Amino acid sequence: MSKRVGIEVSIALADVVGMANTDVVAAYPITPQTHIVERLAELVADGELDAEYIPVESEHSAMSACMGSAAAGARTFTATAGQGLELMHECLYVASAMRLPIVMAVTNRALSAPISVWGDHSDVMACRDTGWIQIFTENGQEVVDIALCAFRIAEDKNVLLPAMVHLDGFHLSHVIEPIIMPEQNQVDDFLPPNKYPFLLDPARPVAMGDFAPPAIYTEMKWAQEVNLQKSKETILKTWKEFADIFGREYKPVESYRCEDAKVLLMTMGSYSETAMTTIDKMREKGDCENVGLLRLRLWRPFPTDELREAVKNADVLIILDRALSFGAAGGPVGMEIKSALYNVTNKPKIVNYVGGLGGRDITVAEFEEIIKKGIDIARNGSENEFEIFGVRE
Amino acid sequence: MGKSENELTWKELEVGGIVTEPGNASQYKTGDWRSQRPTYDFNKCIKCGMCQIFCPEGCINQNEEGYFVADLFYCKGCGICAHECPTFVITMKEEE
Amino acid sequence: MELKEPIAIRIHGRGGQGAVTLAEVVAQAAISEGKYAQAFPSFGPERRGAPVQAYIRIDDDKPIRNRAGVVFPDIVVVLDPGLLNIVNVTAGLKEDGMLVINTRQTPDKIEIKLGEKQNLAAIDATSIARETLGVPIVNTTMIGALVKARNVVKIESLLEPLNKRFGRLAEKNISAMKKAYENTLVKEKKAIG
Repeated sequence: MSKRVGIEVSIALADVVGMANTDVVAAYPITPQTHIVERLAELVADGELDAEYIPVESEHSAMSACMGSAAAGARTFTATAGQGLELMHECLYVASAMRLPIVMAVTNRALSAPISVWGDHSDVMACRDTGWIQIFTENGQEVVDIALCAFRIAEDKNVLLPAMVHLDGFHLSHVIEPIIMPEQNQVDDFLPPNKYPFLLDPARPVAMGDFAPPAIYTEMKWAQEVNLQKSKETILKTWKEFADIFGREYKPVESYRCEDAKVLLMTMGSYSETAMTTIDKMREKGDCENVGLLRLRLWRPFPTDELREAVKNADVLIILDRALSFGAAGGPVGMEIKSALYNVTNKPKIVNYVGGLGGRDITVAEFEEIIKKGIDIARNGSENEFEIFGVRE
Repeated sequence: MGKSENELTWKELEVGGIVTEPGNASQYKTGDWRSQRPTYDFNKCIKCGMCQIFCPEGCINQNEEGYFVADLFYCKGCGICAHECPTFVITMKEEE
Repeated sequence: MELKEPIAIRIHGRGGQGAVTLAEVVAQAAISEGKYAQAFPSFGPERRGAPVQAYIRIDDDKPIRNRAGVVFPDIVVVLDPGLLNIVNVTAGLKEDGMLVINTRQTPDKIEIKLGEKQNLAAIDATSIARETLGVPIVNTTMIGALVKARNVVKIESLLEPLNKRFGRLAEKNISAMKKAYENTLVKEKKAIG
């Protein structure tokens, strides 16, 4: 079996993108994504990766170049963060609607103003409805594994959709930790060559990105939606096959110590791991009822069935959002989960927190505070639709 | 061309709405839009090709004798060719 | 389930002094020994000369999940003596914690300055770095002091990550680290069990 190596998560990600034999990387550097694309540029420059590295002049161009590349049948990767993701915004919709299998790592970053290079999920949430497959990761191993799976999922003939791999800026991207890197032959066995069925070929011309009058637009969009929802089958199948080969299993909603828990905390991304430490500590102390942790891995397509199953025995569900939805009745994840559970008869009381904005840590002790106060709110009510955590009054 | 855009169901659409039959816009008869058609007095024609350059539809071609003539399958009858012709070869006439 | 906490180390330096590299190399050495470890900077745009922090967590036998910055360190490493005047380097340092300082002064004199709260290790890393490397960049030198003060990794385990990180300059850095290991003065407040 492969050995655990101490490696920065960004470097490990770039290396696995290289092992996937990526053909084209088009990216614009932005903190905290830079280490990923610098490493890829280095691999290409050193001749270790036979790929085209396109140093574009903006993220809008990066995604546009990726679309051309994917349409030509090349295995295509890019990475961005924060403002960069937002500058790409209009292109994101085009890539998914044109069914171009691009894999993009997003080192999640807060949005300006004020300028913040640090992590939260504001950038992702603004791109919630772009039609991309979106998967969250919580540690370096998951980043490597999920990125590798993302190529296979995106390029699967039943999917043909772009996929975002989310890793928290700095809290994941810049951490050196033990990661088991796959062997090249394992990658080659797991990841078949990209066979995009409609590739740009002068001998077999096609027209892409057409015009659609009202008479056909609804049909086009519904076909896209059905396809994205259906991609979950392929995602589950791919993760299962990944587990068979690599021994690490991934699920759309991950449960940690939930079997006997009536109170569940739900997080996404790297803070989930800190929250796990809190769950362990609280259970060891035993001064509070049994608490479990749900980690939402698959953000799009949203795993409605798995979520309902995961919370069916819970009385209280405390959801931590790492983004504000300005002027709304809750954080983006909180609102989505409330909506997914609204028509279910037996559902937990939901308490929605927004915290960890702009890279602010939530410590093990603070997660305990969130849980304990969350239980209190669930039982006794609150004047607020959602709670902001850690703001100085 | 297969079914029209008013008939296709979402299940019948190609992945990503990709059009796999290249150049099928040429089957679109824009000539139906015309209310006037160009007519020609080739005695005045100097074969300068100005009408072809200005035609927004790109539907003017040279015939075997070298004269420039609009393809009525596509010609929308806008009259720009008549307006631009330096020797007044073209007259627009109402479609019956 | 026993909840033994990982060893938490906080490194204080200035932008450009290599605090992050120190953390990276020590974590890689620990991982190569089969332990679990984590190293990361106090995130943000790099600014040369500004006070920065880097963190290491090492656990003998289980994955490290806590990803928040180190607030209650077991060990604090200070790369620049000037930082003592502008940063509260002992903030949150545990009762039986160890403070490893780059200083020309002896542990006794430092103690007068900081109070007698913690165990101390002192080394004149700047002089060693100047003599051995020709530049006053003390991160690799301070690894020697850290390992002398608290045996978090084996000196031998550091060789491969240092070689990998520094290439042809590795030999000098290893030599500086070893000199510091030999010359660091450690003053234990009480016997460590």
